[in-house]
Amino acid sequence: MVKVKGLLERWVFSSRQDESVPVFIIRPSKGLVALNMRELWQYPELLYILIWRDIRVRYKQTDIGAAWAVIQPFFTMVVFSLIFGQLAKIPSEGLPYPVFTYSALLPWQFFAKALTEASTSLVVNERVITKVYFPRLLVPTAVVLAGLLDFGIAFLILLGMMVFYGLTPSWLIVAIPLFLLLATITALGVSFWLSALDVEYRDVRYILPFLTQLWFFVTPVVYPSTIVPQAWRALYGLNPMVGVIEGFRWALLGSAPPDPRMLVVSSLVASLLFMSGLIYFRRMERTLADRI
Amino acid sequence: MSDIAIRVEHLSKLYRIGPREPYKALRDTLTDVMYAPFRAASSFLSGRRSAVRNSPSNNYIWALRDVSFEVKRGEVVGVIGRNGAGKTTLLKILSRVTEPTEGYVEIRGRVGSLLEVGTGFHPELTGRENIYLSGIILGMKKSEIDKKFDEIVAFAEIEKFLDTPVKYYSSGMYVRLAFAVAAHLEPEILLVDEVLAVGDAAFQKKCLGKMGDVVKEGRTILFVSHNMAAISALCKRGFVLECGEIVFDGSIDSTISYYASLIENVNMTRTLRERSDREGTGILRFTNVLFRTPRGVTNTLLTGEPVSILVDYEADSTQVLRNVSISIPFYNYLGQSIFMCWTRMVGQDFEQIPPRGRIIAEIPKFPLREGKYYINLWCEVNGILADWIKEVAAINVIEGDFFNTGMVPPPGHGLIMVEHYFSYETM
Repeated sequence: MVKVKGLLERWVFSSRQDESVPVFIIRPSKGLVALNMRELWQYPELLYILIWRDIRVRYKQTDIGAAWAVIQPFFTMVVFSLIFGQLAKIPSEGLPYPVFTYSALLPWQFFAKALTEASTSLVVNERVITKVYFPRLLVPTAVVLAGLLDFGIAFLILLGMMVFYGLTPSWLIVAIPLFLLLATITALGVSFWLSALDVEYRDVRYILPFLTQLWFFVTPVVYPSTIVPQAWRALYGLNPMVGVIEGFRWALLGSAPPDPRMLVVSSLVASLLFMSGLIYFRRMERTLADRI
Repeated sequence: MSDIAIRVEHLSKLYRIGPREPYKALRDTLTDVMYAPFRAASSFLSGRRSAVRNSPSNNYIWALRDVSFEVKRGEVVGVIGRNGAGKTTLLKILSRVTEPTEGYVEIRGRVGSLLEVGTGFHPELTGRENIYLSGIILGMKKSEIDKKFDEIVAFAEIEKFLDTPVKYYSSGMYVRLAFAVAAHLEPEILLVDEVLAVGDAAFQKKCLGKMGDVVKEGRTILFVSHNMAAISALCKRGFVLECGEIVFDGSIDSTISYYASLIENVNMTRTLRERSDREGTGILRFTNVLFRTPRGVTNTLLTGEPVSILVDYEADSTQVLRNVSISIPFYNYLGQSIFMCWTRMVGQDFEQIPPRGRIIAEIPKFPLREGKYYINLWCEVNGILADWIKEVAAINVIEGDFFNTGMVPPPGHGLIMVEHYFSYETM
């Protein structure tokens, strides 16, 4: 058991004696490549500056800058409230529809950014990837983490809306970071897979808009998951964003707790996506510079 | 053992080239997978063992083949070779940007790779922001950049433009800033790929100086360049890569000589007419070149003797050629341009020449001193480049009596001879 744990640790962290002068061995890698997660901790400044670059460039390119982080979810919420809330009269678990949908739009947009931008991030950064070495995993990771800033800004507006509607958060609000973590793991897992696939199969990027739309409909953003019949709930939970969004709404707004089956399935799927994405990415990383 | 900075053993890199779709499409792969059982069934039924998939056979090329060498800590090594010899591939593997197909590399020390100018630069960000962005991507720490920030800005001479987005920079400014950032990297091992050929002459001099400083700091450097003068100034040792293999490894001077004989053998034994590595529309093509002296046609010239350069040419039609400008630049084997013969410079562009003929350039007193040189040939017709070939012919120059006095400068004093006269005045 101890042996297995040791092997696992070495596989994940690739510990090596650290001399004052680092030694690198370069040879063709065969078979299952060590994940070498330790390496990622050696580049904190690079991760930070890649995140910073993403945010800075995005905000420089639009005149309204940071306001965009708020305008997009806000106006989407207005349109949804009109169409789904007023006209289609979709139930919203006793909450005012605008708050119901806006609170789901936040984690959704965070995830959608991972789907669309992080997926093409490797190809977009082709010039840097073919010239300097750094763990390529940092590229999609930076894009996903940069989305947290937009999330944060829009979250403040959400709090404002809650005040407006006279809603107070319950003690469950402490669970919010947990669901945010779940959202991040999901987003990272998806972006590891898609960014690696995008380098190999260039038509992945054309599937993305379609994939994003489809994913949106199977996620309870404009409707509550309660409209899904009991028997189907576990299957519905295969979409990791289900757990994220229902959990987020529950923790923040105190709506009915989500079906535990859905939550468990969602979390499992998210973790699986993350681990498998990580492994696939690290494997594909070796030949990345040759194929990009 | 521990004073070896880079050890390379039997390094090889295979690239797939040839007829191929550059990118795979997921839908193609998926349909391939879906039809596989059908294909297997049909070949089974028809009794054929068809292991052939639809993709055409790919061609392979060994960009590097069984390369082995060692570089000691503090050594400065020049890597030279023709285009496509594998120099950039070697640096890419040592930088860990790409993986080897075979072999083993051991590197002791942090590696800084300067494989291009402007790594990491983003056009929307300002000069200041890009200094940090590029610096960190190249491997510097933020604290390091803070310390060297003023030095970098001063080196690049862009103090006034620090807060302008880089997309508004002139190409000269861009390149100066990019090099300034990269030049202040301080890794134990530096890999430099052709980045010295940037900017104007004044800046190139600065870059060379900075590289010289880096050399003096005792770093291990691998230097790829076509600039033989720079390489011989900075490096003590060199090797020549040809078709992915190391064909020579030795002192930098003998390395450059070996390389020179390599290109001479390859380029200059083909007849001029056959050469396909030329640029231009081809409306006029050079077919042969000869050197004529009072002693006859020869490739060995004497300093000071009258030399005629005979350049034969052909037009691609029977039309007469108008407004023809021809230039013959002379280079030494360090790749330095010494002088050129140019019709436009002497006001003798040809208004009209026949479709086939021979152009003659006469140098009354050949100025070059003892050594080996080569020429390029260049031609414009009506302002449009017609033919341009490099490394056309080689000449050997032997010390001659330029001034008819029997006196020449001692060896090592002067590269060329210049006609001059002395007199005096009372003050």
